[in-house]
Amino acid sequence: MIPAAFDYVRAGSAAEAIQLIGQYGDEAKFLAGGHSLVPAMKLRLAQPTVLVDIGRVSDLSYIRDGGDHIAIGALTRHMDVEKSPVLAEHVPLLAHAAGHVGDPQVRHRGTIGGSLAHADPASDLPATTLALGATYVAEGPNGTREIAAADFYQGYFTSALAPDEMLTEIRVPKMGGAGWSFQKFNRRAQDWAIVGVAAWQRGSECGVGLVNMASTPVLASSVAAAIAGGASAAEAAEAAASEADPQADLNASVEYRVHLAKVLTRRALEAAGG
Amino acid sequence: MEITVTINGKSHTADVEPRTLLVQFIREQVGLTGTNIGCDTSSCGACSVHVDGEAAKSCTLLAVQADGSSITTIEGMASADGTLHPMQQAFMENHGLQCGYCTPGMVMAATSLLAENPNPTEEEVRIGLEGNLCRCTGYHNIVQSVLACAKS
Amino acid sequence: MTMTDDTTGVLGQRLLRREDPALLTGEARYTSDLPIPGALHLAVLRSPYARARIVSVDTSAAASMPGVTAVFSGADLADTWAGPMPCAWPVTEDMKSPTHYPLAVGQANYVGDGVACVLANSATAARDALDAIEVEYEPLEAVIDLEDALSDRVVIHDEIGTNRSYTWDLKIEESEGQVDQAFADAAYSVKERYIQQRLIPAAMEPRAVAAIPQPFGGDMTLYSATQVPHILKVMTALTLGIPEHQLRVVAPAVGGGFGSKLNVYAEELLCVALAKRTGSPVRWTETRSEGNQATIHGRGQIQDIELAADSDGRLTAVRVRLIGDMGAYLQLVTPGVPLLGAFLYAGVYELPKAYDFSCTSVFTNMTPTDAYRGAGRPEATYAIERAMDALAAEIGIDPLELRRRNFIPTASYPYEAMTGLVYDSGDHDRAATLAAEMIDYAGVRARQETQNVPGATKRLGIGVSTYFEMCGLAPSRVLASLNYGAGGWEAATVRVLPTNKIQVVTGTAPHGQGHETAWSMIVAEKMGVSPDDVDVLHSDTAIAPLGLDTYGSRSLSVGGVAIAIACDKVIDKAKQIAAHQLEANPDDLEFSGGEFRVAGSPDRAMPLAAVAFEAFTAHNLPDGLEPNLEAHTTYDPPNFSWPFGTHMCLVEVDTETGQVDVLKYVAVDDCGNQVNPLIVDGQVHGGVVQGLAQALYEEAVYDADGNLQTSTLAEYLVPAASDVPAIDTGHTITPSPTNQLGVKGIGEAGTIASTPAVINAIVDALSGLGVRDVKMPASPNTVWRAINEAQGGQQ
Repeated sequence: MIPAAFDYVRAGSAAEAIQLIGQYGDEAKFLAGGHSLVPAMKLRLAQPTVLVDIGRVSDLSYIRDGGDHIAIGALTRHMDVEKSPVLAEHVPLLAHAAGHVGDPQVRHRGTIGGSLAHADPASDLPATTLALGATYVAEGPNGTREIAAADFYQGYFTSALAPDEMLTEIRVPKMGGAGWSFQKFNRRAQDWAIVGVAAWQRGSECGVGLVNMASTPVLASSVAAAIAGGASAAEAAEAAASEADPQADLNASVEYRVHLAKVLTRRALEAAGG
Repeated sequence: MEITVTINGKSHTADVEPRTLLVQFIREQVGLTGTNIGCDTSSCGACSVHVDGEAAKSCTLLAVQADGSSITTIEGMASADGTLHPMQQAFMENHGLQCGYCTPGMVMAATSLLAENPNPTEEEVRIGLEGNLCRCTGYHNIVQSVLACAKS
Repeated sequence: MTMTDDTTGVLGQRLLRREDPALLTGEARYTSDLPIPGALHLAVLRSPYARARIVSVDTSAAASMPGVTAVFSGADLADTWAGPMPCAWPVTEDMKSPTHYPLAVGQANYVGDGVACVLANSATAARDALDAIEVEYEPLEAVIDLEDALSDRVVIHDEIGTNRSYTWDLKIEESEGQVDQAFADAAYSVKERYIQQRLIPAAMEPRAVAAIPQPFGGDMTLYSATQVPHILKVMTALTLGIPEHQLRVVAPAVGGGFGSKLNVYAEELLCVALAKRTGSPVRWTETRSEGNQATIHGRGQIQDIELAADSDGRLTAVRVRLIGDMGAYLQLVTPGVPLLGAFLYAGVYELPKAYDFSCTSVFTNMTPTDAYRGAGRPEATYAIERAMDALAAEIGIDPLELRRRNFIPTASYPYEAMTGLVYDSGDHDRAATLAAEMIDYAGVRARQETQNVPGATKRLGIGVSTYFEMCGLAPSRVLASLNYGAGGWEAATVRVLPTNKIQVVTGTAPHGQGHETAWSMIVAEKMGVSPDDVDVLHSDTAIAPLGLDTYGSRSLSVGGVAIAIACDKVIDKAKQIAAHQLEANPDDLEFSGGEFRVAGSPDRAMPLAAVAFEAFTAHNLPDGLEPNLEAHTTYDPPNFSWPFGTHMCLVEVDTETGQVDVLKYVAVDDCGNQVNPLIVDGQVHGGVVQGLAQALYEEAVYDADGNLQTSTLAEYLVPAASDVPAIDTGHTITPSPTNQLGVKGIGEAGTIASTPAVINAIVDALSGLGVRDVKMPASPNTVWRAINEAQGGQQ
């Protein structure tokens, strides 16, 4: 219940945050909403020696129309993503998925950037932004760079961010009226998905992201290829687990996860393409 | 580190260790013990308070993160003359509590829910309270309480 | 109604609870809310191994940390205890019980077993110091599986030489060999194995303790989040060798218990012992992840049940073999839990004397088990109600019809069961009929015909569960016959103050049940005053010195009845005073509406208020009558109370995912007369959801090495509002003839009835696919696997 002791510094800007994290080195961590990090610290599963609080970098909380995409500041809270009229119009899948993260209290405090940077394969938003072909913007000591969502997730809780880099913006292509579906399957509403599927479809084009089906969020490319090749939703869904490598846990065996991924992908495509 | 937090309309300035959780600050340093602690994984919601008007789990926020915010706890819900907040009154009238331990967090979550959705369906109330656990009531009368409060 | 005529109509009203304002505003103080200046904070270092020899404990680094007052290993405190941790229920003469101290000495026996402890000036300092204690362990093989434990392949406790704690038998036959003969002659029989998974009670308030010494006065006050302040006082005095009259135990506001706070815990004893040792107050508050390991678990049984029936489906014999999981040690009533169910494996059904029950209980390297809401009775009800469905399937008749054929007939009450216990009152057919109407049983059966067709992926199922709850524990002599270490009485004092306000002192210890409201209603009814004029005092042994606390749905049918009897005694005394004042014969006085009247002379009357003042001034009392208006009662009930009812559950199962949706839940419960129907409904709602949670969500999962995999509320799935249905409650009222209020208990009924109703519904939905059973919890994965196995698939 009580975290191990640490030092705490506050950044007023992204630049200051990067400077501070560079100054304190490997054992330092960014603190955004804290809703992934603080619980781990309370159980002493995480014991950072320094927290760089970026929660007050208010100019990173925004949702803007960027023409062909919507730009979302990394510190935009889940609740603001969920309730955004701009996203409801242009990227409804993301707004809907954000409404399934944690519970209302978590969504009031947790941020999209924090969730993505945490790179938890069981989180809803990494797989969703992956399905949507998002691009993440990272800022580091040498300036900013863009990282495709498809290149961002490198392993269990491991992202392409350098230790002194900070996620600042998420750019999500407009869906252009594509059909979509978010299938989150869990035992309690507040829990992480046992398996989740985020999908959109426009004609023979689709994107499918899988939650909790590997050590990283999974882009189900084989499904998209099958749809592009004219397969039905049911046929394409058979390929849902082709890119996956799920693990067993208390809630699901490997076989069950694979099965669920297929069922939920089929349902998602039927809803999105129907 | 020195922080200033407004709690139930009153400003509190105090020195806290960075690792102090907001709920510890509220309970131990400010002395408002109505906010309860029921778990250590942000699962149960017993510690829910309003931070700048919205429900948050005070066990998952560091006190330093709340520096400068305005917080309402269960002690700030009833009027100074002792009149219960309509949500508290609804919980009483609908037997929405038994042991009372989850109740402060439940009331804070429920008022936050109605602020965002003033006329929820039963299903929306149930989903809206997904982050709060109760072991006594089976939730039936909690849901009835929130619906009754919305109606009144 | 068996109520007296002079009612003011308070009983049976949905009176709002007087407890609520304090709880709703944060004013109520739970143990961890108490301001205790100068308190030292206790933290306990717990074994990370399920079974390990403790080679050495080095406390020196921890002891030198800032804020730390002292650090102790189990060995350091070995001289502190007058005796080991108590087990109050030695169920057999030869029961084996390993020695159990608040901190382990020599060997730790479950993950969470206390090994060392810290006292520091803050909870933070105490927690930090735990990380600096160096313990060298020699890990030993752990025993997790019950049948493996039974084999004694690995013996956990060398001192007792076996993992078997006891075997307890209950064989009832008219003539020897009757059970075997009944099975040989049976037209139909079933043999089923059910697993009662381990559960974590998870009261929302974690345990908390504070011990405050008065070093110069010699007294000690123990505050604890406990259901049993009175039992705790006796046991603490015995275990620590403290004179009982110098120990005061207080249970402040307590945030739920469900049996988990019906115990004497290591931390309670440590706080008192260390407060005594240091002369400072010592306090401790459990964290949830600590509590999941260190607070007792519930259930944990393997049940083999066999039913024999004649060609009409009437039961002719029941045979039950249990293996009970005691966990690593025996806590307060651990071994007795299976016995509380031992009489109920024939459910609400007529059975000839052909009953064969045997339970063998074993030690494992897991958290000790003990009473959890229902304690033994949910297990028994689950087994018989699941087996009745299996029997109905075997015979090929509707499960509700099979139950109707076997119900104990209403006309036979009071009914002496084959066990010798007398069931007080019942009307099972009426409850079942009402439940069937509420859920439209016939309509559901018709819908199933069209919905559950081959290839359907959403299948409808309805589950029935009928039950008896043997509660109101209990007649002391019956408890004696079961070797229980205490009686089953309850104490009450009713005191009319000079201004006609009434104080009630009760030995019950509420922790959410609303006793203050309910007891005030009983007194209001009896004494003809407003409930607002009645104060209820409880849960502090300095104020309520006698009592046996709150568990086993006993509070109303024992404690509430005690209050009614004490009221009668007060009225009797007041009548003598009034008669003296009115110059009438006491036998000619009537009491109603708070006033004594001379029969036939309505103008000759005296209100209770005037009597109370006369009793106080004592200026003009009858000769030999003591001043003041107060009566004390200790009431030992003549029988258990036997609430009963029928629950029905309607589910839809998604056969593709295994997901179970509860579409409707109907609970018809009969707890006799209801003091406050608002509270009764609340108890049913909560109980049903707790039982439903066993059916669908909850399990304390251990890996093969004895590590608890569900150590937080993120893994241990206590459901939220979003995960459970609304509950439709219905009631029949069949008063108990054994007490003047006509009441029975209701605290555990929901939990007892709901678990089999839910599982029966799931199996019913899937029966067309060949599924005969689904293990608990019926998670989507488990249901999906059951379907696949029934279909001959893999996994």
